[in-house]
Amino acid sequence: MTHAGQWGSEAKPEGLDSASVPGVVDEIEVRGHIVDSLLLPKILDRILQMGGSFEIHECKIGVRRSDPSYARIGVRADSPEAIDAILGDLVEHGASPVHAEDARTVPADIAGAFPDAFYSTTNQRTQVRFKGRWIDVQDQEMDCGIALNPASGVARCVPMICVALGMPIVVGHAGVRVLPVERPRESTLFGFMSSLVSSEKPKSVSLKSVAEAIRATRAAGKKVLMVGGPAIVHTGSVPYVAKLIRDGWIQTVFAGNALATHDVEQALYGTSLGVSIERGEPIEHGHEHHLRAINTIRRAGGLERAIESGMLASGIMYECIKHKVDLVLAGSIRDDGPLPEVITDTLLAQDRMRQSIRDVGFALLIATALHSIATGNLLPAWVKVVCVDINPATVTKLSDRGTFQTIGLVTDVEPFVRSLAVELSSTSAPSGK
Amino acid sequence: MEFSTAARILMCPADYFGIEYEINPWMNMQQGTNRQLARRQWQRLYQTLCDLGAAIDLLEPVPGLPDLVFTANAGLVFHDVFLPARFRFGVRQGESPHFGKWARDRGFTLVPLPESMKFEGAGDALFCGDTLFAGYRFRSDVRSHHWVGERLGVPALPLELVDPRFYHLDTCFCPVAPGVAIYYPGAFDEYGRSVLKDRIDRLVEVSAEEAVSFSCNAVVVGRSIVLNQGAPKLAAALETLGFNVRPLEFSEFIKSGGSAKCLTLRIDGEEAASWRHAGQIPSC
Repeated sequence: MTHAGQWGSEAKPEGLDSASVPGVVDEIEVRGHIVDSLLLPKILDRILQMGGSFEIHECKIGVRRSDPSYARIGVRADSPEAIDAILGDLVEHGASPVHAEDARTVPADIAGAFPDAFYSTTNQRTQVRFKGRWIDVQDQEMDCGIALNPASGVARCVPMICVALGMPIVVGHAGVRVLPVERPRESTLFGFMSSLVSSEKPKSVSLKSVAEAIRATRAAGKKVLMVGGPAIVHTGSVPYVAKLIRDGWIQTVFAGNALATHDVEQALYGTSLGVSIERGEPIEHGHEHHLRAINTIRRAGGLERAIESGMLASGIMYECIKHKVDLVLAGSIRDDGPLPEVITDTLLAQDRMRQSIRDVGFALLIATALHSIATGNLLPAWVKVVCVDINPATVTKLSDRGTFQTIGLVTDVEPFVRSLAVELSSTSAPSGK
Repeated sequence: MEFSTAARILMCPADYFGIEYEINPWMNMQQGTNRQLARRQWQRLYQTLCDLGAAIDLLEPVPGLPDLVFTANAGLVFHDVFLPARFRFGVRQGESPHFGKWARDRGFTLVPLPESMKFEGAGDALFCGDTLFAGYRFRSDVRSHHWVGERLGVPALPLELVDPRFYHLDTCFCPVAPGVAIYYPGAFDEYGRSVLKDRIDRLVEVSAEEAVSFSCNAVVVGRSIVLNQGAPKLAAALETLGFNVRPLEFSEFIKSGGSAKCLTLRIDGEEAASWRHAGQIPSC
């Protein structure tokens, strides 16, 4: 049971960043006739009065009147001093700290690999106990280890490849706990969707909810990430995505060589994979357009140079660069060219994406299985994810790989993006980045 | 142990009573007490209780232990079990061996609380019906009450004391019969007041001015109640409930933060304690 409004405070209605709130956590227990004596409500009230928040981890009520009851309560406060003050007060009312073990670390004996028995992370909010205190693990990411720096007292997720020799890595499960994301309470898409993937939901309702989540994310000062595949271009959705970027609704874009290439192809030739966007018909020699587009950009020295010279004057890439969107283009083995901005070293690309998701509060994954799954692997579970794809299997794959918070909208891309641009243009654009 | 129907009470003559330190807001070493008057007041209480038919155990007074006179703080009695106090202040801890020896000689089984706990006996733990109401904050700590409740197998309800003048529960709350008690609301917070109102059928409020004259610190023997004089409204309320009220003068003891109840320890169980009437002796 979580106290209403605690942990992911209701002051942040979307609960988007509950885990990024810095804080110190400890756990207390209290035993005795704490229900009849009103000691339990008193303890909970005092936590709130002193500026903390709580979560009841366990509560056993005595069966008979003479039986004692028991409660184990997580307490969170803004600083070590604040939590010490709260715990000091609660001790007077019979609460005592739960003496859990500190997390155990072992220095990495090989660079680029974890020690045996390393703790393998999930994408859920995780805490480790260090010197008797629960601290939040930073940079939460699934399939990583946890490096715990004893000097700074900071714990963070580290990918295997980033392990340095001697780095203290958390081993075993003692002193590690995972705090699952609560089911959202809001009555929006994220609250009422019971089946995660469906082509049979009223799209206008879903769309409004996505627009609302984007607005809330921006209002909370968080970034909106769009991950896109080339179908955005093929379906003629470029003008709408361009508008969303221009209007300041998207701060970060992940894509591959394909989206960028076809976007440029459209800007230069009016085609996507040789098909006229306006007429929907193949153009003679149109199949060469994408390669010629790549060649043109490579000859220009990259997208930025091509824009500077006036050669490239429209499209998603154009808007991204013009509006200083954080753009990460990650390559793959089937790429033509690729465009100079495409990062062809997979690990480097992963790392760039990792850096760029830090302040993301909402991710819109559109028509790409490859990049969506790659992004889902990096996102912590509290970032809301909406996956728009004509193929339900894409969303299923995403969930199966652990990005369980994904809401799937099975629909053609163009009507969705068009409607989203219209919906969001009805409100004023957010200021700044 | 021998059992009789007469109320049995432990007292300690006030021969060495005085104010030799200050551990509550009432104590003032400069003001001191009138030793002769204190002895006379104690003697009157002793005589009154004898007249009410109580059998009094007398503890030998000890020089240098001025508060040994307050036998209510010796410990908590439950059937043949005695839980000795663990005094908060060092100046009173010297009393424990004397109370302990008395309890052992009297045939009680001593069940000491863990050393880390603070527990001031019947000063802070009073049965009303089958429930042990227990004050904490100034003297006893809340964990001790949980421990006692669990050990004795009785519901123990800790109540926070919020006014330092009423530093023991028996200065602001007195069960007079099962389901009947007097209390001064200002000594408790809202949680405590709610618990008392919820758990005690007949709760008589004592006014602030009568509470500061230690009128809640009363001794109950049968249907008679001995308390400090100067609480006419409370006396009238108790008489309405069918009690005989015996007001006495305790001015010298009040200077030390105690009155009638503090000067006594009911050995056979308080009148308000259900277990006293049930008679069975649980294993402990």
